[in-house]
Amino acid sequence: MNRMTLDLWVGVFVAVGLGALLFLALKVGNLASTNTGETYVLKANFDNIGGLKVRAPVKSAGVVVGRVSDIRLDGERYEAVVTMNISSQFMFPRDTFAKIRTSGLLGEQYIGLAVGGDAELFKPGESVKKTESAMVLEDLVGQFLFDKAAEGKDKK
Amino acid sequence: MLDRAATALRGLGSRVTSRIWRLGFASRFFLATLLYSGPSFRRFFLTVREIYFTGVLSLIIILVSGLFVGMVLGLQGYDTLQRYGSSEALGILVALSLVRELGPVVSALLFASRAGSAITAEIGLMKATEQLSAMEMMAVNPIARVVAPRFWAGVISMPLLAALFSAMGIFGGYLVGVVLIGVDEGSFWSQMQASVDFREDIVNGVIKSAVFGILVSWIAVFEGYDSEPTAEGVSGATTRTVVTSSLVILAADFVLTAFMFRGA
Repeated sequence: MNRMTLDLWVGVFVAVGLGALLFLALKVGNLASTNTGETYVLKANFDNIGGLKVRAPVKSAGVVVGRVSDIRLDGERYEAVVTMNISSQFMFPRDTFAKIRTSGLLGEQYIGLAVGGDAELFKPGESVKKTESAMVLEDLVGQFLFDKAAEGKDKK
Repeated sequence: MLDRAATALRGLGSRVTSRIWRLGFASRFFLATLLYSGPSFRRFFLTVREIYFTGVLSLIIILVSGLFVGMVLGLQGYDTLQRYGSSEALGILVALSLVRELGPVVSALLFASRAGSAITAEIGLMKATEQLSAMEMMAVNPIARVVAPRFWAGVISMPLLAALFSAMGIFGGYLVGVVLIGVDEGSFWSQMQASVDFREDIVNGVIKSAVFGILVSWIAVFEGYDSEPTAEGVSGATTRTVVTSSLVILAADFVLTAFMFRGA
């Protein structure tokens, strides 16, 4: 086999291989959607974050506007401090509500931002004051049983 | 009685020391390959020729088996997922299992038996027919001229083949899941994109396949170079290449997975 055809075949092989990598990165992975320009930081304190994980989406009206970048425990107040990277295109009013929600019955958890009506906007690095913790199934069931028991007592 | 026990112990000891001695020789051989790999890049045609034999000629087996593995994943995954009413997650299942595990591991196993055995047999026969000694007589370093280009060709080909295997497998899963069974196409791709991370999953898969490429190529060239210069010796070395590389790939895969995916 002469050198020209050999080079051609190896060139085809390498090009197709790199093409497969590109396909994996763009079509299968989320490389195209991860770094969408500049972001700023918002923080939020929660009593309980449930199963929220780093890199979970932050959604407003169902549209992804950012991602959770860090989760830690505040050692003094025993609250979870969640740091979010929000896309710089979107600014939120100061009375925005941050709620931990679940997509679907068994889906992943995300932070939903319910926008308020305040004229002032959050500055980068500020904390969201109004938060709502994750629903914990055990607590819900416990609450339900407790209420039922209370009802039974009233009837007597 | 005591005599027999001593003989048995001596047999065990000599086996262990000879294994360790061989491992040390293999490591020194690996270093020598790295040291003399200058010519395989300066005269890049040497390596390109070997990439043709190890990479291009492995394409067919890699592509076909990737397609079938993906199609089987599609069928089996759908069968299990639809019991829980989440057949849309088929895309995640197919993509993650291929990109993280099956792509690098299965393509490395195929590569070891398709290309690794060929490299061992070729170098072993060169040694048996005294071509390597002839090169040394002509002041040509056989490690630089014969071994290093084959080693680097394997290292370069392996990640590309693994990526092709994964891409082909995902296409196979798409064929079975979306075209044949009728899972919704939009959620197949969007759920896949939402949960496959570039750094965490795809880059780690590429790192895995690069490590497997180094290991398989190293074992293949070493077994060839170290084979006994007889017909029997070459056939034994070829078998050892396939067996050792398969075991080493699976063991290394466990170690790499333990470091990469700790369920964080």
